[in-house]
Amino acid sequence: MRRLPVPILCAGLGLLVVLLAGLSLMAGRVWVPFSVWASYGQDPRWAIIFELRIPRTVLGVLVGMALGVSGAALQGYTRNPLADPGVLGISSMAALGGVLSLYFGLAVDSPWILPALAIGGAWLGVIVLLLLAGSTSSVVTFVLAGVVLQSVATAATALALNLAPTPWAVNEIVNWLLGSLADRSIEDLKIAAPFIVAGVAILLTTGRALDALTLGETGAASLGVDLRRERLVLTAGVALAVGASVAVTGAIGFVGLVVPHLVRPLVGSRPGPLLLPSALAGAALVLAADIVVRLTPSAAEVKLGVAMAAIGGPFFLFLLARMRRRLA
Amino acid sequence: MTEPLAASEISVRLGGRAILDGLSVRLAPGQVICIVGPNGAGKSTLMSCLAGLRRPDRGAALLGEAPVLSLTPRKRARRIGFLPQTPEIAWAVEAETLVSLGRIPYVGAGGLGVEGHAAVERAMRMTDVTGLAHRTVDTLSGGERARVLIARALAGDPEWLLADEPLAGLDPGHQIDACDLFRRLALEGRGVVMTLHDLGMALRVADRVLVLADGGLIADGQPLAALSPEVIRRAYGVEARLLDGAHGPVLELVGRHGG
Repeated sequence: MRRLPVPILCAGLGLLVVLLAGLSLMAGRVWVPFSVWASYGQDPRWAIIFELRIPRTVLGVLVGMALGVSGAALQGYTRNPLADPGVLGISSMAALGGVLSLYFGLAVDSPWILPALAIGGAWLGVIVLLLLAGSTSSVVTFVLAGVVLQSVATAATALALNLAPTPWAVNEIVNWLLGSLADRSIEDLKIAAPFIVAGVAILLTTGRALDALTLGETGAASLGVDLRRERLVLTAGVALAVGASVAVTGAIGFVGLVVPHLVRPLVGSRPGPLLLPSALAGAALVLAADIVVRLTPSAAEVKLGVAMAAIGGPFFLFLLARMRRRLA
Repeated sequence: MTEPLAASEISVRLGGRAILDGLSVRLAPGQVICIVGPNGAGKSTLMSCLAGLRRPDRGAALLGEAPVLSLTPRKRARRIGFLPQTPEIAWAVEAETLVSLGRIPYVGAGGLGVEGHAAVERAMRMTDVTGLAHRTVDTLSGGERARVLIARALAGDPEWLLADEPLAGLDPGHQIDACDLFRRLALEGRGVVMTLHDLGMALRVADRVLVLADGGLIADGQPLAALSPEVIRRAYGVEARLLDGAHGPVLELVGRHGG
């Protein structure tokens, strides 16, 4: 495929994000035309925009960026095109942190507890993953390590549900786990945004190291890349971005898998220049999916996490099939 | 000017076995230096110590007077280029992109700059891969890929080029081309060190041969002296004879010692 200059690609994707964000402010069960903006609070739909749609849209952009850039960075670091925070169980570990804080009722004490535990869970997840997979870049080892992590986190989450004191607690946990941008408040946004922005910013600095890792760990080291430092930077960035995202929206999978794949051919497969476009394309994908979810005529709104899984699952299978054909 | 590279009393133990045992050697630039020795003799270990990629258990690699490991990774990478034995290329990037990765010690995530582009172009010309510039690496043959990887190491314009088995997988024509290239680099005043399995090739291209066995050097010197039948018997357990060929001495491997 023809390669695009990265600035042009980013400008195009940025424009797409702006357009989708505009649409996201207007679209929903109640259509809010742009003219309401000019009513300065006179129109009752003013509240819909400021109380519901703005937090939802901004959160969509942030979470999409976090997941897209995390997927791109993880794929670059592991040299594995199937790496993704969701597939590798990092989101599940973050979700487990969140579930534990809900289960023990810690989240009531302070709004910071849940995100802190989710970030902690994500961090633990990335570290365990890198340890389990070791320094090998074998695709199989990595995906297996992710499967292990995923199972353990899911089992522990199930245990918490199993032992939950009341049906309401179960309801709260399950609803949160399904992953959604709906009805998030400005407060949620204020808590998550700094961590997500920090995580994304950290990950965007890893481009040079990820490029060097194209030549493997020895190759990268011979090019003057400090691998231990980069590993720390990467785990911190992914933990902050994914942990804080999961904390406010629950688990939304497959964004980090799908997005870098679509963008990679456009940047000539280099992992460094892939980062920023992946962040932007992630934001666009989450916004678009969230708009579709809102407009779906069903009794209860389909959860975004569920919708993404419905798109992402088949995509993952398609990737596997294509890899198998190439290896055969 | 290129400073000499040296190993000072380097010891490395791996899995309870002494791979290198107090090895010292001083390498001068301007020569093609070949390291030979049986499998597991520690050739690659020595190379990675010299390149500053492995910290020896004892001793140190020195560039000039300074330990290689005392340089910042970036500075070290500018001065010592390294070609790993089993090169990995993770993504299907274009050949030119791959070569430009060699400039990473010089640039950030941004552009290469005029100097960088010139260095990439020069490296690709030297290894005769200019015509492959816009092919993705997964479509290249093994030999083409090996040349692109050599270009990658040269793009960094290193004072020292350490190449671990650079001729493996190359056909005889490209082996000779690669050796001619290493010769030219040495003539430019750079230091060139490579490990080899082909003793005949070592005899042909090296200015100096180091024979590594049992954790240390068992021979070091001009190719004819270092690759004597006694040394080869001791290192490999193989009987060899030096014959007078029309174009210089030829090494004939007769068979297993005592076999």
